[in-house]
Parts: sequence; C-alpha cells; structure tokens
Amino acid sequence: MAMSRLETHPILSIGSREDVAFAWHGRAFTAKAGEVISAAVMAHGVTTFGRHPRDGSPQGLYCANGQCSQCLVMADGRPVKACMTTVEAGMEVAPLEGLPQLPSLSRAPKLREIERREVPVLIVGGGPAGLAAAAQLGEHGIGTLLVDDKDRLGGKLVLQTHRFFGSINAVYAGTRGIDIATRLAHQATAFDTTEVWLQSTALAVFGDGWVGVLRGDGRYVLVKPQVLLVAAGARERALTFRGNTLPGVFGAGAFQTLVNRDLVRVAERVFVVGGGNVGLITAYHALQAGVEVAGLVEAAPACGGYRVHHDKLVRAGVPVLTSHTVVSANGSEAVSSVTIARVDEAFRPVAGTERSFACDAVLVAVGLDPVDEFTASARAAGMSVVAAGDADEVAEASAAIFGGKIRGLEVARMLGAAAGEVPVDWLRTAEVLRSKPGATRKGGVAAEVSGVHPVFHCDQEIPCNPCTSVCPQGLIHIDEDDIRQVPTYLGAAVAEACLGCERCVRICPGLAITLVDPRKDAENPLVTIPFEFGTESLREGESVTVLDAGGEVLGNVEVARVRRAGRGADGTSLVKVRAPAAVAERIAGLRLQEPVDASEPERFTTALANDDIVCRCERVQAAALRSCIAAGERDLNAIKALTRAGMGACGAKTCAPLIARLFVDEGVPASEVTANVRRPLFVEVPLGSFAGMDEA
Amino acid sequence: MEAYDAIIVGAGSIGLPTSLALAEAGMRPLVLDARASLGQGAHKAAIGGVRATHGDPVKVRVGLDSLATFANWREERGDDIEWVSGGYVFVAYRERERQAFERLLREQRRLGLDIDWLDAPALLERVPDLEREGLLGGTFSPGDGHCSTLLVGQAMAAAARRAGAEFRFGEPVRELLIERGRVRGVRSERAPYETPLVINAAGAGGPALAEMAGESLEVASELHEAGITEPVAPFLEPLVVDVRPSEGSANVYCYQARTGQVIFCLTPEPPIYGEDLAETSEFLPLVAARLVRLIPRLAHVRVRRTWRGVYPMTPDGSPLLGWSGQVEGLLHATGMCGQGLMLGPGVAALIVRMARGELDPDDHDTLRAWAPARKFVGEEVLR
Repeated sequence: MAMSRLETHPILSIGSREDVAFAWHGRAFTAKAGEVISAAVMAHGVTTFGRHPRDGSPQGLYCANGQCSQCLVMADGRPVKACMTTVEAGMEVAPLEGLPQLPSLSRAPKLREIERREVPVLIVGGGPAGLAAAAQLGEHGIGTLLVDDKDRLGGKLVLQTHRFFGSINAVYAGTRGIDIATRLAHQATAFDTTEVWLQSTALAVFGDGWVGVLRGDGRYVLVKPQVLLVAAGARERALTFRGNTLPGVFGAGAFQTLVNRDLVRVAERVFVVGGGNVGLITAYHALQAGVEVAGLVEAAPACGGYRVHHDKLVRAGVPVLTSHTVVSANGSEAVSSVTIARVDEAFRPVAGTERSFACDAVLVAVGLDPVDEFTASARAAGMSVVAAGDADEVAEASAAIFGGKIRGLEVARMLGAAAGEVPVDWLRTAEVLRSKPGATRKGGVAAEVSGVHPVFHCDQEIPCNPCTSVCPQGLIHIDEDDIRQVPTYLGAAVAEACLGCERCVRICPGLAITLVDPRKDAENPLVTIPFEFGTESLREGESVTVLDAGGEVLGNVEVARVRRAGRGADGTSLVKVRAPAAVAERIAGLRLQEPVDASEPERFTTALANDDIVCRCERVQAAALRSCIAAGERDLNAIKALTRAGMGACGAKTCAPLIARLFVDEGVPASEVTANVRRPLFVEVPLGSFAGMDEA
Repeated sequence: MEAYDAIIVGAGSIGLPTSLALAEAGMRPLVLDARASLGQGAHKAAIGGVRATHGDPVKVRVGLDSLATFANWREERGDDIEWVSGGYVFVAYRERERQAFERLLREQRRLGLDIDWLDAPALLERVPDLEREGLLGGTFSPGDGHCSTLLVGQAMAAAARRAGAEFRFGEPVRELLIERGRVRGVRSERAPYETPLVINAAGAGGPALAEMAGESLEVASELHEAGITEPVAPFLEPLVVDVRPSEGSANVYCYQARTGQVIFCLTPEPPIYGEDLAETSEFLPLVAARLVRLIPRLAHVRVRRTWRGVYPMTPDGSPLLGWSGQVEGLLHATGMCGQGLMLGPGVAALIVRMARGELDPDDHDTLRAWAPARKFVGEEVLR
C-alpha cells in the first residue's frame, strides 16, 4: 500500500504542524505534533501493527475509534491502542508480537483516593447530539459535565467534509460537517456551568448509580449525575467475509478518520462495501483525498443512502453495483484485491458471478448500531437516563443535532429548570430530520423555461432546503412545513427572473443544482457545475467528459471557465462548460476517474465460508459457531464458553451482531436465542488507574 | 410422566459433576435448570481457582479428592480445561497470618496435603513480583491450581451426556412431588418428572427448593465481584491469596490463566448480601489498590471486564451436604460458600456413595460436619 500524508485537499486546510521524532520497530519515524500512533506509522507505509497471538496473522488498524483493539502496539514497553494514543517525542513504538510483556515494577507506587464527583447532568459524548444538548442545558443554567474520548469536540462531524442536508433554520444545512462541529462546540462551551473533559472515556455505568470515567490525564474518576445523558453515538457493524481481518480492511469510519482527521492517504485505490449514506459519503471522501474508488457494492437492489450522494459518485465515474456483495478481501499480509459477487434474493452470493478488483483497501460500511450499553446499565440501575442522537436512534447528524437539543430541554425540565414544554414544531422538525429517503420524483424543472435558470438534479424526497433560502429572487420553493419535498423553480412563469447568481449551485449539499445560461449562445449555453475536487487538472479550453445525474456519459465538452474555490468559497469550485443545448439541461457533473476494469476472480475466492472469522479478537471461525448452533446451543453465553467468541478485547462489540446473523442464516429465529450478558468495561484500562496511580 | 433415577436441580458447580458421577455409576439422571444453559448462575462467576488448602479438615479431604479430578481431566478424558498446577500461595506480611498459616500447616499435612512454608527469599523465587517490603513468607501448595470455569463446566456436561445424563434448561422446578413423606418426583414449569431421588444443587436457590419440602436451610446470598484483564506474557504462576483484612475487604486473590489473563477477586467486608448482580463502583478502586500494593507489576495490566457473582454462604463457611430431615429421597448439596467449583467433584463422588449407601469411614465425618441441620459454630479460617 503506497501511503503518504495528504499535501492538498479541496476542502480541508492543511496547516503545518511540528514534527515529533519517535521510533517504530527501531526505525526513526516522524509524527506530526498531537498525532496518534496509528496515523504516524501509517503515514510511513506501515500496515501491520502486530500479529495475533492465536494464529500469527497480521493485524492492522480496523476501527480507528478505540473500540476494536486490533491496533494494539507496544509503546514504551506497554500495550496501547495505536488509534487512541498520541505520539510523544522519543517514544519507542513496536509491533505487538504475541502477548505483551508487562513492564516490571518492584515497589508499589503512591496511590491517591479515587475522586468522586456529583453533578446535575453528565453527558457522555461530545458529538452533534451531546453538544446540542449541552447548549440547551447551558442556556438553562444547569451544571453539566460533558466527557468525550477524543481530543476535540464534534464527534464524527469533524470527519465530514461534505455539506449537510436538513433544514437551514434548524441545523445548519448547507454547512460542512467540520464547520458545524466548530460552531456547536462553541455554543456548548459558552456557559460557566458547563465543564468539558476531553480524551476522557466513560467506562461503565455501575449498579450504584456511579459512572466510571477515565480522564485524559490517566485519572479514574467516579461521577454521579442526577441525570445521565448518553450521546455516545453509534458503532459500525462489522461483516464476516474471507480475509476480513487483513490489514487494509477498514471500517468506513476509520478510513474517514485517516483521510479527513489524520490527513493520511492510506490507500491508492479503495473498494467500498455498503451503499448507505456512510458508504456513499466515504467513497466521496476517498475521491476528495485523491484516492481512486474501484467500486462500491450494495447487497440490496438499491442503495439506501441519499440519491444525490449516489449520483455524485457515479458522475465521478465510480461503479456502483447493487445486488452485489463482497466475497473476499485477498492478500497475504495486506489487501491486494477484493472479490465481489452478485447476490440472489436471499442475499447469498451466486456462484460464477465473482469478479475481482485490484485495490489496497476495503472499506466496510454496512450500517451502524447505537452504543446502548450505558443507557441499558443506567436503566437497570434505576437512574434517570436519556439517550440522544445515534445512541438513541441511528439517523443523520442533522437529526442528532436537533434531537440532542430536544433531549437537552427535556433534561432541563426533568431537573425543574425549564418552564416550557418542548415546542410542537421542534418535535415536528425532529421527525422530518429523522425520516429516511422518500419517493423519487422529478422536480419542477419546466421544459419551456427560457433564459438563465437553475436545473435541479435532485429528485428524491429528503429533508433538505438550503437552496430555497439563498435565491435573492425567491424563485426556489419547498414547502416549509415539509422540507422533504423536492424543490420547484418558480421562475418558469416569470421569464428571466433568475439573475444567474449561482448561489443555489454553490450551496446545494447534494451538488445537484446546475445553472444553464443560454444568454450569450442559445445553441451552446454555458452550464455551471459545482465541483468539490482539486481543480489543478481543469484548464479552460480543454475537453472534459460530462455526465447526467445518474452517471450516463453525455459526451465531451469544452471547459469555458473555472472559478476556483478561494477564501470564503468553502471549498466548492464552479466549473462552466459550453455544451450543446440538446444536452445542457441534463449535465450534472464531470467525470473524475476512468472506469475500472474487473479482472478474473482471484484464486482465493473458493467459497469456504467456514474459515471466515466471525470473532476477530479471538479469531473464532464461522465453522466453530455453526457447529454449536447445529448442536442445539441457543444461549450466546454457552457459545462464548465453548468457543471464546465475544471474550476478546472489544467486549463482543464487533461479533455479537455477526453471531446473531449466523443464527438467522442457520434458520434459528432470534426469539430462541439468549443474548450475551454485557459487562463493564467499555474499553480496557490499566489496573493502576483504578488504584489511583497518577501515571498508569 | 418421564422417570429418572435421579433429578438434579441446578446445572452448576455441584450439579454438573454430580450428573457425571451418577451417570458413570450407572444411574440415569436428569438435570433441570431454570436458566438458558449450563453454569449460568454462580458457576460461571467462579474465577477458576481449585485448592485443597483449607482450614476445615473435612474440606481438605474432599478438596483433595476434587483436585485429582481437575488435575487429571485432560489425561483421563481428553478435553483441555486449561488446567495449570501452579499451586496456591497464601502470603504473610504480618506475624498474625504467619502464625495462623503455620498452625494450619501441620493439620493440612497430616491430611495428606502437599504444602510448605516458604520464607521471603524462597517465596520471591516463586513469585518474583510480590511486594518485598514486609514480606515474611507464605505457604505454597504445589498441587493446587486453576482452570477455565467455563471450559470445565462444558466438559463435565459433555462427559455426563455421553454417560447418559440428560439436561433440560429453562425449566425452573415449581414443586416437589411428595407421597407419604417420600419424594416421588418434581414438577418443573413445563412438566412433571418421576424420580426417587432429588438432589438439591441449586446453590443460592437451595433454600427455596428445601422450602418445598417444608424445610429451611441457612444459606444467604453473599455478593462478590471479580475481574479479568487482557492476556499478557506469563509472569505469575501460583494463585496468590492475601488474607490481610483491609478497609472494605477481607482478602484479595488473583492468578494468571494459562491463556495469559489475570483474574482477580476480593471478599467484601462487611459482606454484601442480596440478589443484585449489577457491578458496583466500589469494587475496582478497592481491588486495584490492594493488587497494586501486593503485586506492583499489575499496575500496568489492563482490566478487560468485571462481574458480580453469588456466594451461597452458610453461617460457618462450610457446605450443607446431607439428606433432608423432612422428606426421604431429598438430598441437599448446596451452600458451597463460593467453593462449589473446587469441591464439586469430591462432593459428587460422596453423593454417589450416599445414593448407594456405601459410605466409607471418612464420609461419616464429612456428613456430620456438613449436616444441613447442624449447629453452626466458628468460621472457616481460609474462606
């Protein structure tokens, strides 16, 4: 895998950071100040972080979120998660081969009493929901402690380089996720009553109502809230397929973290599994980072994500294959190709339809599950607990922002601080923002429109309305009561009312508005296309391939003008092409990459699904689990005892849904299956921290 | 109504070896358990330590009998239960413990236990990472050891099934069927079963079953918490016990499993009673401080999970084993005081001898000492 640091990015500004010297396996490496180990070593081309003690197979970064424990390395003699540990100058980092050797310590260190703190509200998670809730609580003067395990607020918003959908009034639609994170963090921390602990991980909600938190300084603190607000987000679902433990198989969120936060280009060419919004957006992020996307498979007959996200990809030249799934990631030490196949109605791969694509990373985006264990423990303990955002119900970040705001107000009411009920229109907005993509229908582009006018390539009902608010003539309409409608251009009736200002083109989060301007040349009008990639290769007078919204090639046209994104342009460039009138209205985008050819299937692909690893921590194969199920085991606790599946470092976070799926595959209804008992801790923590050691 | 030679209530640390022992003795037992699969009560909460090093002489004898089962399991039956004969070390940092251990040592040896007093340098050779300051020495009993509780439970059940035992889960017992002062069977939530012999191996649920025969058993649910770390390279061979009382706890103990994880536990003092299996915020700070002071090197091992389990405690810390005083054919084998796993096979063998009426002379001692209706005096020293 040829990896390097990103030097340019069409959206993200890449500032200069100080170099920090450290050693990897005895070699001198350089990290950027504040960077985590995983980013620093991957920037130097390292994919294998260690070898699994059970089978010696290579292990690499998988979740980049402190959850899966696949990225364990030794740092200064101690096992740490590479994705959560900041590089320090002079640090000696080494791959973890087999079991870690504990550093010796001959005398007991000085121990402190563990601090106990009582607070009105504890918010776990400083993402969109947690921040919006904190802002509400702040406005009502309620003492709030917010803990987040990352080094900056914003949660997954900080990875989102695309503009957000949703309502421009309620949730900053049309603004990029990274910028929303900054604004929300600013609002949430504007109150004296709010305290924020960064790099601080909630570990457990105990039966006695105390919440264990490991702070960034290594101190373990017990916090007792009057109300616990869980905004811990969601975790990515894993997928069982051959080769799924190879370095180079990443959760989609991990890839976003690597390219958008860590600014490391970890692959030259990726393949994406899953056509929901996460998969579609991740593929787009890859393109923005200069990474080719060999393709995207979605097992369902249609992608579940927003149509406009899908269209952006196919216009860029990414093959999107529905009713297809991944069969294997191939390679011995790291991913070198992926094999996919068509699936039948029962989502089983159809033999003979396999195809392989060369790629050096496979990104898994097959859905999210709420991080619900804190909420469950708190409920069991009889605490006052409220879940917000994805931890409550997985939806778009815009829904999490608004939902968090509502939850914040509800908590304020629970504590007797707010007088009013949650306004009915808030609830209505929350419901609209949570809604899944609706019907697809043609927008209001009237064929008889003459003069300069926008064209909407947006034909699916999603909650989004930024275009309506930027038109200085008020010519774009979406019913304010239901922003899921597709926009209508009112200018059809009032010819030449459009000024051609291009504001709608620039703000559309879906890059689904173009402007057709026949004023100078009616036969060959100018078409303005929004463009969020590097514009270095676009030159005026040169030829580019243009496509319609669905990715169909319309031909080659001439670039008339490139208005490059400058300061204040928020990363979006506008490209004007001159195109024949016959196709001008249909043009929706420029092709970014040439079609990728599939090769014959790799020899690895013979379907021996019993070898597939379901529990990656303990390397438990599907065969072992299937034989338990066949022998009549219906209690996941018994299966755990027999196979160790779920006993590993991640705490069954990764494999529990996969095993549940295996039961379904084997024809066992979920109602017959007894779930695993879930226990603390959320992540592994040195014993010394619990003992009150200052530096554990 | 289906008929069995014996019905064992509870598929835990006692029920499992008992089902195996009865089946191998040619009887056809049925094990009924309220939970979804075997060992889901106190059994799976046991940390896996197995010792014959006890203060109660009867326990030493039954413990030695049990120990052999664990130690020979792989050789005799083939399954790997991750047994390690690492021995037990009881450390002494105060004269008080040193003297208590030395007093017990003579009696333990007389009963056939392989145990020695090691002075501080000798002990540090065995356990180099112990806190040196103030260490006087400790006992070392090399025949003791540890195994995977989960694997041994599964292995016992598999062997029992092969020998003809049956298991039914999700079937709490609702009624003892009694005729003219004699057990005729039980009725579970699903069905009645006929049997002349009911074995109460229900652990903390033992008193509820005895209640169905109009009998009361003195068993209280005491709650203990335990934890497990990530696996690390081997550094600790014996199971180490520190019985010094400290604020909030009566003792602390830990060992390193063959797979590398460190497993630890302490006894809360004052005891905590009840049924609430939710983990508490008290446990980790308490146990971590004790462990780091005892074996400083543990400071850097990362804790993976904690859990809470039930010790079915009797007033004197010794089990209840014997025939019901109310109903013929009902045998109590409960109140194991957190030692069900390590005493199980020995108890099971004794139950077979009781069922056959073939007691040996030592058995009479055991049954006298552990009689369910005994007068409770004193308390186990090495609890």
